[in-house]
Amino acid sequence: MRLKQLALGVAAAAMVAGTVAASKAQAEDSIYIPLLTYRTGPFAGSGTPIADGLHDYFTMLNERDGGIGGVKLMVEECETGYNAQKGVECYEGTKGKGAVVYNPYSTGITLQLIPKAPVDKIPILSMGYGLSATAVGEKFPWTFNAPATYWSQMSAIIKYIDANGGIKGKKIGFTYLDVGYGREPIPLLDELSSEMGFSVVKIPVGVKEMQNQSSHWLQVRKERPDWMIMLGWGAMNPTAIKEAAKIKYPMDKFIGVWWSGGNVDVVPAGAGATGYKSANFHGTGADYPALQDIIKHVIDKGKSQAKKETVGNNFYNRGVMNAVVTAEAIRTAQEITGKKVITGEDMRKGLENLNLTAARLKEIGLEGFTNPISVSCKDHAGAHAIYIQQWDGKAWKSVSDWIEPMRDRVRPKLEMAAAEYIKDKPDWQTQTCQ
Amino acid sequence: MLYRETGQFKTTYRADQAVFPIRQDLIGIWLMLAFLFLVVPFTFNDFWLNSIMIPTLIFGLAAIGLNLLTGYAGQLSLGTGGFMGCGAYACLKLTTFFPDLNIIIVILLSGFFAAIVGFIFGLPSLRIKGFYLAVATLASQFFLEWAFGRIAWLYNYADSGAIEVPTRRILDIAITGPNATAMTRYLVVLFIVVALTWVASNLVRGRFGRSWMAVRDMDIAAELIGIRLLSTKLTAFSISSYYCGVAGAMMVFLWLGAAEVESFDINHSFLVLFMVIIGGLGSLLGSFLGAAFIWNLPILLRGSFGQAIDAATVEHIAFMVVGALIIFFLIVEPHGFARLWQIAKEKLRLWPFPY
Repeated sequence: MRLKQLALGVAAAAMVAGTVAASKAQAEDSIYIPLLTYRTGPFAGSGTPIADGLHDYFTMLNERDGGIGGVKLMVEECETGYNAQKGVECYEGTKGKGAVVYNPYSTGITLQLIPKAPVDKIPILSMGYGLSATAVGEKFPWTFNAPATYWSQMSAIIKYIDANGGIKGKKIGFTYLDVGYGREPIPLLDELSSEMGFSVVKIPVGVKEMQNQSSHWLQVRKERPDWMIMLGWGAMNPTAIKEAAKIKYPMDKFIGVWWSGGNVDVVPAGAGATGYKSANFHGTGADYPALQDIIKHVIDKGKSQAKKETVGNNFYNRGVMNAVVTAEAIRTAQEITGKKVITGEDMRKGLENLNLTAARLKEIGLEGFTNPISVSCKDHAGAHAIYIQQWDGKAWKSVSDWIEPMRDRVRPKLEMAAAEYIKDKPDWQTQTCQ
Repeated sequence: MLYRETGQFKTTYRADQAVFPIRQDLIGIWLMLAFLFLVVPFTFNDFWLNSIMIPTLIFGLAAIGLNLLTGYAGQLSLGTGGFMGCGAYACLKLTTFFPDLNIIIVILLSGFFAAIVGFIFGLPSLRIKGFYLAVATLASQFFLEWAFGRIAWLYNYADSGAIEVPTRRILDIAITGPNATAMTRYLVVLFIVVALTWVASNLVRGRFGRSWMAVRDMDIAAELIGIRLLSTKLTAFSISSYYCGVAGAMMVFLWLGAAEVESFDINHSFLVLFMVIIGGLGSLLGSFLGAAFIWNLPILLRGSFGQAIDAATVEHIAFMVVGALIIFFLIVEPHGFARLWQIAKEKLRLWPFPY
């Protein structure tokens, strides 16, 4: 009997608390930005610095400028654990609060949200992840993947390899996390390999085997590929780098994508990681005025979960980069519509007309942080160029110029993929550009 | 006082054997159904429908599926996630081949494919018992996960390797896909779940259920009184997998709208197993109570903390609280919520004048 009362009491209290929290009205005159982040689970190593970067830049704008255009930003994190199911739950739970844009931070979650975006009229900004084909803006009005897609990145990496000793007749090892994210660029890689005459050895790593890749790298040792490309995330990255060091694979021939180049990924391998390369589309290090402002206004005031040293880490800066694209799109939307508090539909216009010039980057204290991004109705990725960085044991150093992707090869394939995606969706919303 | 059966005389065997022999229970269940069908869809907002009602019903059905196998037939299974996946992938393939076929029929049909797979993986249960059977079903879980990830035909060669749910309409109302409203999807889920629960409640009271329970309690004795182990265990596996398969198909088509292999991984099997254990082994009501508890507790915790504490901490707290509560319930009431409800009912019959 007592137990029943206790259980009922707990349940009742929880119900009341839950409804009270749910009915908490949103503050007047604010722009609500839900962040689908993850600081728990096997992907927390990669997810935490990104979450910090996103959160801290928005907080800095609130602290320093009082928001954007005089409107405060209301930022709320929802923990997804990189789990698509939880991500959708977060989406459904937050979309009613006036969300203007979603940053899903997982290709799996992005794939689930893409069809929902046109219905709910909230754009998705999957910055450098998600479905590559969404760069085709005519077919995907509500999804943006500025500044570059996986496919343009893959073609740029192939270009880099080609420029460093030629690629014809070479054997490329491709190790990837065996989920939607990792498999995404395979169609392009397959086509490029037959067009450019190189062979590909695919080594998928399941989520369960992420931290135990000895058999995968045994295969690498057997196959002896000339170059290795890695599409890893979370705990897969440091494990792969450690295993590569163990079998003495030449590190300067091992290139990770931009999601496989975090400081957390290389540090555990110690000196063995020196020479490892990864793609990137923004600067590392904290020598930017905007990042110093974050330290001054947010971290020193104890408003962040991040430690001062992590500012400038690759993934922290990735989060900042994402926040910058979001914030600049909000600003653009405010300029276009003349409204201060914008809606999801205004945000879509803002993202589509985003023009992040070198001058504007300097103005916001991020000179040279990234290549200028100009999104258009046709092209929802915008910039595309990437560079290759190398770990010198202490920090990332750029070892290449900005590499343009093979636009002529990638764009038609993107268009084909986009057409394929909407083929059996008769009510799919498209748009016409000019 | 309210819950007293004095004066309710059973004059026929039929009345005595009814599913709800007490009139208050019968009225209660009709009121509950009326509330679920008539009030909930029109008053609850999208968040409630999408994040609480639909998943609770779907997990409730999956828990019934596992409960038929584990609670009634006594065969421990860790393959629930895989069987749910079978249903989901079968549903995708069926609706690709027959786009004009009514999607509700497709969902119900897709359960049969899960049943076939469950039948095949149930074959070893004749020779393997207890923990060893659990390990054998674990193998099925891993095999199915592997198949979902590797066989591109299953996910229609999508680049992402994920199931993308197409829009399907009945009478011009979108039932699946992004255009389907939460209300429509909720009503379809509710309809299927209520219908299948009704079937299950009759199954467990009939010949199947009784032979399952006999096998569960002592298989040698069951064999001696003439119950064939082969057919009993295999029907348990097939019917259980059918329920799991339908739940999986609904999970993808009527709730999530898309799914990857990870949606059907081993954690998913554990989740359903916890629901069954917490809810009460061998109880249909318990399946729903367990599903509601395990699914909604983290959401409630998150809701009650709101923005006061950051999201990751709430997640950690939710993990700890759910874990602690599972242990608490297992110690205090190992028969789960169903037994608690039964005790409460017995007390209520005497309330407010207990002796």
